[in-house]
Amino acid sequence: MGGGLYSTELQDFDKTLDLTQVKPYGDTMNDGKVQLSFTLPVPFGPEAVEAAKQLLRSMGMENPQVVFSRELTPGFTFFNCYGNLQHTVNYAGIHVPKVESTVMDMHGIDRYITEHIGRKLVLVGASTGTDAHTVGIDAIMNMKGYAGHYGLERYEMIEAYNLGSQVTNEEMIAKALEIKADAILISQTVTQKDIHIKNLSEFIEMAQAEGIRDRMILVCGGPRISHELAREIGFDAGFGTNTYAEDVASFVAQEFEKRKMNQ
Amino acid sequence: MSTSKLDLDLKKVESARNMAGEIAGQVQRFVENYTTVAVERTLCRLTGIDGTDSDGIPLPNLVVDALKEKGMLGDGALHFLGNVLCRKGMTPDQTARAISGGTFVSWDLPVSPHRDIEEALKPVIDKSIARIREKRLEREHNLKRLGEGPRPYLYVIVATGNIYEDAVQAQAAARQGADIIAVIRTTGQSLLDFVPFGATTEGFGGTFATQENFRIMRKALDQVGEETGRYIRLCNYCSGLCMPEIAVMGAFEGLDVMLNDALYGILFRDINMQRTLVDQYFSRIINGFAGVIINTGEDNYLTTADAFEEAHTVLASDFINEQLALIAGLPPEQMGLGHAFEMDPGLENAFLYELAQAQMTREIFPEAPLKYMPPTKFMTGNIFRGHIQDALFNLAGIWTGQGIQLLGMPTEAIHTPFMSDRYLSIENARYIFTSFRSIGEEVEFKKNGIIRKRAARVLEDACRLLEKLREEGLFTALEKGYFANIRRSRDGGKGLEGVTRKSSLYMNPYIELLKGNK
Ligand code: B12
Repeated sequence: MGGGLYSTELQDFDKTLDLTQVKPYGDTMNDGKVQLSFTLPVPFGPEAVEAAKQLLRSMGMENPQVVFSRELTPGFTFFNCYGNLQHTVNYAGIHVPKVESTVMDMHGIDRYITEHIGRKLVLVGASTGTDAHTVGIDAIMNMKGYAGHYGLERYEMIEAYNLGSQVTNEEMIAKALEIKADAILISQTVTQKDIHIKNLSEFIEMAQAEGIRDRMILVCGGPRISHELAREIGFDAGFGTNTYAEDVASFVAQEFEKRKMNQ
Repeated sequence: MSTSKLDLDLKKVESARNMAGEIAGQVQRFVENYTTVAVERTLCRLTGIDGTDSDGIPLPNLVVDALKEKGMLGDGALHFLGNVLCRKGMTPDQTARAISGGTFVSWDLPVSPHRDIEEALKPVIDKSIARIREKRLEREHNLKRLGEGPRPYLYVIVATGNIYEDAVQAQAAARQGADIIAVIRTTGQSLLDFVPFGATTEGFGGTFATQENFRIMRKALDQVGEETGRYIRLCNYCSGLCMPEIAVMGAFEGLDVMLNDALYGILFRDINMQRTLVDQYFSRIINGFAGVIINTGEDNYLTTADAFEEAHTVLASDFINEQLALIAGLPPEQMGLGHAFEMDPGLENAFLYELAQAQMTREIFPEAPLKYMPPTKFMTGNIFRGHIQDALFNLAGIWTGQGIQLLGMPTEAIHTPFMSDRYLSIENARYIFTSFRSIGEEVEFKKNGIIRKRAARVLEDACRLLEKLREEGLFTALEKGYFANIRRSRDGGKGLEGVTRKSSLYMNPYIELLKGNK
């Protein structure tokens, strides 16, 4: 196997970093080293290994290496592979949609709300649909907060209602109307078969039908949620892992002010 | 337990057990006066009522809903079905079909004497009991014939959301060395007040528990058991609003292990506490008789509460669950009491504390096939570190002689397991179990050392909590959020409308016939 993992051959490629043409890095700039594992529904053997290599090639890898393969059960073979990726990415040209607000701390946010809005903001949150995970929404909302960051219940200028989990979209909207919420916070943890996307989209449809889409700020969060995804579905913002209450509160307060929702 | 490696204070253990007994006794005094729609549907199933009407509504639901509507639920389904049998000669199945077809008119029959009704039902009851006993004997026979893996049993889950795909994954896992296959249920099933019918190919985070799915899986595991020369146990969830119904379906279809814990449903699915504690009693009677190992869910407390600070809540709850199981006649050899390896991996000496707690739990419940839960909460997208966390967990498991090792997956924080995740996890466990097989017999724990002190501390704290619970009662404890830092109200949550006080006519001979028997 020419050019194997421990190859001492001279490698002939440009070793300077160019942010418009970035490649994965193993131990040498632009070596393109990638590590990958997957299972193919085929029996173990040389044909299986060849199949894996061909897949790697079609992914754009040169020098594909199957370093470990093993039949998991008759007809299914698992592979650990390496290769040198030929694709490059223009890092310099990337633009990722991010929540555009300045993150303040709890006191800063309370002050901001007092000064700019002049009354408490009302927020209602829950883990919706059939999802029973509450740790995420609790981390944002409960007094105690998460990793040393207090939750929304602790904010003086925020009135926070945490409805818990397994809350239907109907219940969520009804509660938001009842308490005249300024913002709705939805948490989604289970993502198998994209159930979160289905559930969140259904929520947006109902919010539109109820006429609250533009009257309330709609936010969602969860381990597989990105701002981009949230915007695509129709939310105003989305937050992923390692979010704290202040990230959300800063956004909601500033968005409220920006949209002049007080009037 | 004279050989305690932790020098546990046996008096404290005994006093904890006594307190838990009193707490469970208080619960039982409540439970005995009530029945639920789920218990009555279970009795329907035991008399052979099964299937659905043309709208897909299960016949047991149709019968029990009709009884509820007529205000007859408190008399119990058996009283009703038995009386119809006495007076009209209609079998329970015929009665159910007549109700479903809208042709049933005999609602106001004169009531036969209790003894006549029991007499009439006897053949039906005997038949159902024989059916369950047969499954139990079949398991015992197969275990003898094929043998089984050594303890701790390797337990893995399948959760594709499609029962046929689950079967493929389960067989693969068994070939790799798994001893127990748990088929995970879809989100939302716990809150359904009926059990879906037939094979299912949908669901999120799992698929439905149905009798047909049980059958499909049992067959797949029996097949692979013959092939590998080991009996492979099948596990599902007998929890949520249909607890006893699923128990009976499992008993009919030869399930071996069942998650069966009212406290879990109350805390993590917001199921009403009165409802599920009544349901649990009958479901545990059935599981006990069927020879099913139950698993309890204490490990989950540590996903919402801190694993170091709240370790004693797990132990206290194990004591209570042990007593609730004993009241239902379920023997210690079938009590897979739950506990977990969930401390923050960044905590100094975390492994020592985990080891102390695992050993402590082992010594306090010596006959129970303890269910040991892997790290879940502190698993992240760093699958490589996760694999090491699982390795440490496996080490604690073999060292302290756990009964059922729920294997952690490196991808815990990402998705329900892939076939390859399960392979890596089984390989991890087998390597460590082989390498460390006799470590528990070889290594002792230092006097006054960190490990012994930790165990003493957790036991002490558990005793204090049990004292409080004895004063306040389990219901109040749940209202105050003592477990998992989650508060649940006595009359809140799902399913309370399905609870009814038993009338003077009420009958359920199965309690006597099954409880504590084989
Ligand atoms: C704890 C836990 C549980 C506990 C939940 C207890 C509770 N009351 O919440 C219990 C044991 C009950 C549980 C049950 C189940 N679980 Co679970 N669980 C987990 C676990 C271990 C940790 C999740 C967690 O608490 N993370 C910590 C929190 C703080 O992180 P977070 O949720 O990401 O939240 C942060 C951000 O995302 C964000 N955020 C979250 N929500 C929101 C909302 C807003 C508005 C904002 C702004 C931000 C925000 O901020 C938070 C703080 O930074 C994960 C595995 C893992 N390690 O991730 C599996 C996991 C999430 N569970 C899973 C599954 C499948 C289930 C079940 C469905 C299994 C079943 N079929 O029964 C059931 C749930 C049934 C149901 N009806 O939903 C899967 C999900 C797979 C998938 N991708 O779909 C996982 C990944 C495990 C696995 N590999 O299978 N689970």
